[in-house]
Amino acid sequence: MADMIDVDGKQLAVDEEGYLANLNEWVPGVATVMSKQDNLELTEEHWDIINFLREYYEEYQIAPAVRVLTKAVGKKLGKDKGNSKYLYSLFPYGPAKQACRFAGLPKPTGCV
Amino acid sequence: MSEIVKKFLYLNRKAPYGTIYAWESLEVVLIGAAFDQVVSLMFMDDGVYQLVKGQDPSGIGMKNFSPTYRTLGDYEVKNVYVDHDSLAARGLSADDLVRIAWEDVDTEEEVENIVTVIDRARGCELMAEADVVFSF
Amino acid sequence: MSILHTVNKSPFERTSLDSCLKFAAPGAAVLLIEDGVYAALCDTSAAALVKDALKTVKIYVLGPDLKARGFAEGRLIPGIGVVDYVGFVDLAAASAKVQAWL
Repeated sequence: MADMIDVDGKQLAVDEEGYLANLNEWVPGVATVMSKQDNLELTEEHWDIINFLREYYEEYQIAPAVRVLTKAVGKKLGKDKGNSKYLYSLFPYGPAKQACRFAGLPKPTGCV
Repeated sequence: MSEIVKKFLYLNRKAPYGTIYAWESLEVVLIGAAFDQVVSLMFMDDGVYQLVKGQDPSGIGMKNFSPTYRTLGDYEVKNVYVDHDSLAARGLSADDLVRIAWEDVDTEEEVENIVTVIDRARGCELMAEADVVFSF
Repeated sequence: MSILHTVNKSPFERTSLDSCLKFAAPGAAVLLIEDGVYAALCDTSAAALVKDALKTVKIYVLGPDLKARGFAEGRLIPGIGVVDYVGFVDLAAASAKVQAWL
């Protein structure tokens, strides 16, 4: 039996690692609920990355590896943000693992 | 991080969807690209069908991994080679294939499309030059 | 009632289509599915074989498999019909039996 999270009064299934089971069920509330579980408060900077990940997935159908994410963020949001130190400061459990989970994406390919 | 940089060549000879080879190969390329190697892909025989643009498997209940090929440039794949004779035998041309862009963020060097159609002699050379050939 | 033959392998990789067309009796129906749909496309090295077969058998292609692989109906050899899953069932129901060339 899959685990469930409560988002805006709806029960959504997540897998054993906490990733959303059905990508299409994502709403911004998913990120809010998951961040609370991780004791993290989402700021505009967090949302920039979450939205970026969703756009990347929409276009390429995969969650990017960390180094790909870092490069792409640098290109899109400015060089000062295109480094893993910045991304880890936002997402202490790892930009790929934690941010992808908030964004409703599957665990990135190649992420152990 | 590995000190010795090797030339990896992924050889793709199977059509997508009918078997799992195409997707498996793509996953290995995406994972392998995280290890600072020189990675090239070669498509021949039915493998050229993997790069055909406009794929839409929604009607057969399978994941569309066709758009993922377009991100290979981000994964440090610098060359994607397609065998000319395999295309010709299937009534296809370079116009039927996806385009894959490549960019080095540091040097701002850009290549608009890294997909290159090659003849058999060039394919033979590339196999000889590679340190490792992965077959799918 | 005749036989409905199904071919699900690429004609460039296996001999399934070759054998099927050798054994399909005049008036039979051949449905190309999965990687078999590549045989239905124009200007391939298998096109002559398929065109020749069209003189004696009916050939169909499964639309969703064609669409999945990125090809529009305009790329088909003229004379080949496109069916959906319902059409597949109709063809099977109209045939004495279904023979799969794997």
